[in-house]
Amino acid sequence: MKRLIPLLLLLLGAAYIASTLRAPATAPADFDLAGFGRLPVLVNGRIKPLDTVARNSLLVMQGRQRVSDPVNSAPLAASPTAWLADVLFNPAKTDAYPTFRIESPEVLSLMGLGETETRIAYDNAVQRTMAVVGFLPSTRSRFSFKQLEPKLAELDRQAQLAEPVEEQARTPFQKQVIRLRDTVLLYQRLKHSVQAPDSPDFLGELVQFQKALPAGTEAVRARQKGEAHSEEAFKAMMAMAERYDFMDKMGYLLAIPPAADDSNPTNWITTGHALLETFQNGSVNPNVMAYAALGRAWHDHQPAEFNEIVRLYREQLGKRFADQLRKSDLETRFNAAEPFYTSMTLYAGAFLLAIFSWLKWPAELSRGAFHLMLLAFLLATAGILTRMWLEGRPPVTNLYSSALFVGWGSVGLCLILEAIYKNAIGSVAGGMIGFATLLIAHHLSLSGDTLEMMRAVLDSNFWLATHVVVVTTGYAATFLAGFLAIIYVVRGTLTRSLDQATADTLARMVYGIVCFATLFSLIGTVLGGIWADQSWGRFWGWDPKENGALIIVIWNAIILHCRWGGLVRQRGLMALAIFGNIVTSWSWFGVNMLGVGLHSYGFMDAAFYWLIAFVASQLALIALTQVPLTKWRSFRTT
Amino acid sequence: MPPLLRQFRDFFVSLRLTVGLLGLSLILVFWATVAQVNLGIWGVQEKFFHSFFVLEKIPGTAIPVPVFPGGYFLGGLLLINLVAAHVYRFKLEGRKAGILLTHTGLILLLVGELLSGLLQQESQMRLDAGESKNYSESYRQDELVVLDTTDPKFNEVVAIPEAVVAEGGLIQHPKLPFQLRLRDYYPNAIIQLREQLPNAAPAMANNGIGPRVALIPIPLTYKQDERNAPAANVELVGPEGSLGTWLVSPLLGMPQGFTYQGRTWEIALRFKRYYHPFSMTLINFTHEKYAGTDIPKNFASRIRLQTPDAHEDREVLIYMNNPLRYAGLTFYQASFDPSNDHNTILQVVRNPSWLLPYVSCLMMGLGLVIQFGLHLTGFIRKRAAKAV
Repeated sequence: MKRLIPLLLLLLGAAYIASTLRAPATAPADFDLAGFGRLPVLVNGRIKPLDTVARNSLLVMQGRQRVSDPVNSAPLAASPTAWLADVLFNPAKTDAYPTFRIESPEVLSLMGLGETETRIAYDNAVQRTMAVVGFLPSTRSRFSFKQLEPKLAELDRQAQLAEPVEEQARTPFQKQVIRLRDTVLLYQRLKHSVQAPDSPDFLGELVQFQKALPAGTEAVRARQKGEAHSEEAFKAMMAMAERYDFMDKMGYLLAIPPAADDSNPTNWITTGHALLETFQNGSVNPNVMAYAALGRAWHDHQPAEFNEIVRLYREQLGKRFADQLRKSDLETRFNAAEPFYTSMTLYAGAFLLAIFSWLKWPAELSRGAFHLMLLAFLLATAGILTRMWLEGRPPVTNLYSSALFVGWGSVGLCLILEAIYKNAIGSVAGGMIGFATLLIAHHLSLSGDTLEMMRAVLDSNFWLATHVVVVTTGYAATFLAGFLAIIYVVRGTLTRSLDQATADTLARMVYGIVCFATLFSLIGTVLGGIWADQSWGRFWGWDPKENGALIIVIWNAIILHCRWGGLVRQRGLMALAIFGNIVTSWSWFGVNMLGVGLHSYGFMDAAFYWLIAFVASQLALIALTQVPLTKWRSFRTT
Repeated sequence: MPPLLRQFRDFFVSLRLTVGLLGLSLILVFWATVAQVNLGIWGVQEKFFHSFFVLEKIPGTAIPVPVFPGGYFLGGLLLINLVAAHVYRFKLEGRKAGILLTHTGLILLLVGELLSGLLQQESQMRLDAGESKNYSESYRQDELVVLDTTDPKFNEVVAIPEAVVAEGGLIQHPKLPFQLRLRDYYPNAIIQLREQLPNAAPAMANNGIGPRVALIPIPLTYKQDERNAPAANVELVGPEGSLGTWLVSPLLGMPQGFTYQGRTWEIALRFKRYYHPFSMTLINFTHEKYAGTDIPKNFASRIRLQTPDAHEDREVLIYMNNPLRYAGLTFYQASFDPSNDHNTILQVVRNPSWLLPYVSCLMMGLGLVIQFGLHLTGFIRKRAAKAV
């Protein structure tokens, strides 16, 4: 029976992955929201599905994709796409959803949100007790547009006051004010993307507009010539022009594809812009009409009509944008499957199993852990490959993807170690690093779309594929060496499970990984210098990011020379390797906080506290290595 | 070998010294990175890396005290340590080939860094559409120039570096029929029209634009995207006495003219110029953004490159990640003027040692691969032997 455990775990893991990959259920069942969510629009320079827009907007606005009220367990909108459909077509509804996150008490009071608004009154005693204990939130941190509306003018004024202050020197209040203003603006811009939000029946309005157009343009022309004209028709035209101009300025989505004769496939425009073009070419853009018709079907709850328009619109787009549609479809699927989340869960499972394997059933459990880690790794690989295909870029393009890749690289090395040694050490390290890096990536994803366009300076797939990948692999390996050292210390001091053979094996692993890390970080850093020489003429400029990479190289060189020179033994090697974690985390994140970190207010950043906490924990572990061997549980003679 | 000498040798070839120096370098780099927030990238380079010691002023005084070894010191010692160790322990062995190659590459890299620190010359060329220039300008240094413009075909230029201007005093030059008396100097100052500043102190200058403007000294900037604009009041003194005082600053935009003894002259404090034996004309500058964003996608300058002897007359396209290498110089698309669509900023770099990092990268990469490859095969062989 015991022997079946690895196989069973493999099957369970595979079944778990399969369950995330199946097509998401369409809810509410009658509307084809999945199809709607797959429709492409152009935002921030990239053609992406509405589903992505919905998810990212919610993440930016409120730090999560779910739209719900803390008092009710049922979500207010069935999915991010359902929420977006309401924002676009029925904003009166979403205006009342609590989707704006405000945590700063100063901003709360600025927005006139007192205790009556923030306190959560639970109905039953059980929930009330839970709230007191802290299992349920006792105050609200998300508020609705309606609640913010009365104070928006004041918010805007405060944001304008804060804006001239250099970003790094802003107080937390100023930062929060600007952030809230930006999210409100994002929401408002979304609302103006395909319809005028104040229009009760936008399709009807457009039909009227189309009808009035000939008379209106005639009136405008006559007035310009100084001839007799209908003042009413003229005024109506001017009002329309103003209205659509405002929509053009506000519109967030470039939802209307370029005209058929336009050779540039990225020339998408806003609905407002398309409507302004009506004044020249005499008829309303059919794509604008399609969205308006979708809006009416959604608003009047006509699923059959809605689904038919989605189908027709898509079919028509498919003639010219087949490739983009394929990407949008895959991206929507990718969003729903959340492969990195699944992978994270599996890494956690692998880590726990591997730990348990040191206590009981070592062969079976460690094999099972290896299987889970392999599954998680394959899934993360698939996720990274999908992102690469969507973006048309090498794997690392920003901080988010570097977190994915550092995890991926470390786990890849762990798989090799585990395949060689079969002692669960690789699985423990891999599970831990895989989980941690994906958790970091998750937090980095809260700032918006993680598939960003590359700035011109960085727009070089060759260097992204060589320098960035190599240097990130160096980071990954340095971290791995550090985590292996942590395993050595923790097992040695706190448990009896570290025998001399395992200790020697670990030391060999750490040494091998440090060699690997030195190679990659050195070559990666020098390649970076060569890129700099190619792009802006100096090989080395001592800028913070370069220095960060250099520090890692120097540290790895120190470890190697200390060992070769016999300056350190096993425990010393472990202490040095753990310090490598500090060095790497500084280079990876610390330098990004630099601008912030040293101005007095920057210390408020949450990520900075995490960095400090991490450094402190590593220092504690280093101190642990210096405890005399006789006190280590594994080596205690008594 | 006398014991003292042996001690000396042992110190310089020791691995402990290597580790110690690497440790100090790590601290230096870290410190310099943190210091960049306040000092800016140029300030940091001078204070920490292009120096033998990091100097700090004793609080409350202006007395600098060395507090830490600087970049030249550590880099130099590392170099000595590296070379000494290799000379001392040198054995031609296949096993050591990787290490030898890596360290030789590292020596090259350090030497290359030193050479480029000494020889590298960076400047900028700003061009408007249609404009031609045969010089580039320093973005950190300035010079005081006096031009004899009497001959319409060429100008006679006398250039005085800013450092000399800063020292003040009297300057006499064989090509000038007058002396320059530097009456005052400000390393960074802005200039405003006097009518906007009714309470400004009286002007020192009594010629050119000087009497109409007021000088306001401001603190030095260390930001990477800003530069200091010095200003000075210069009095010209002929044998017959003072000819008047001129206010000069790069912010004035153009030189101020005057005549003396039948010749016409111009005086200006301007960005230091590097003249080149060719001219460049901006044909056009394009700046693309990603649709619906302000993220730059590409910027490119179409340039016409001409030499006076007409042997060279061609069009080149310089864009991001694609520089022009010509006459020992490299022209990179560095930036553009956000307020002006037809203006490009090219970075011009002369770095005779630019190839060294490429060579050293190759050597170090190869060396490490050999070295760690040997470790790995040894390890695999041992395991295989154990398994049998």
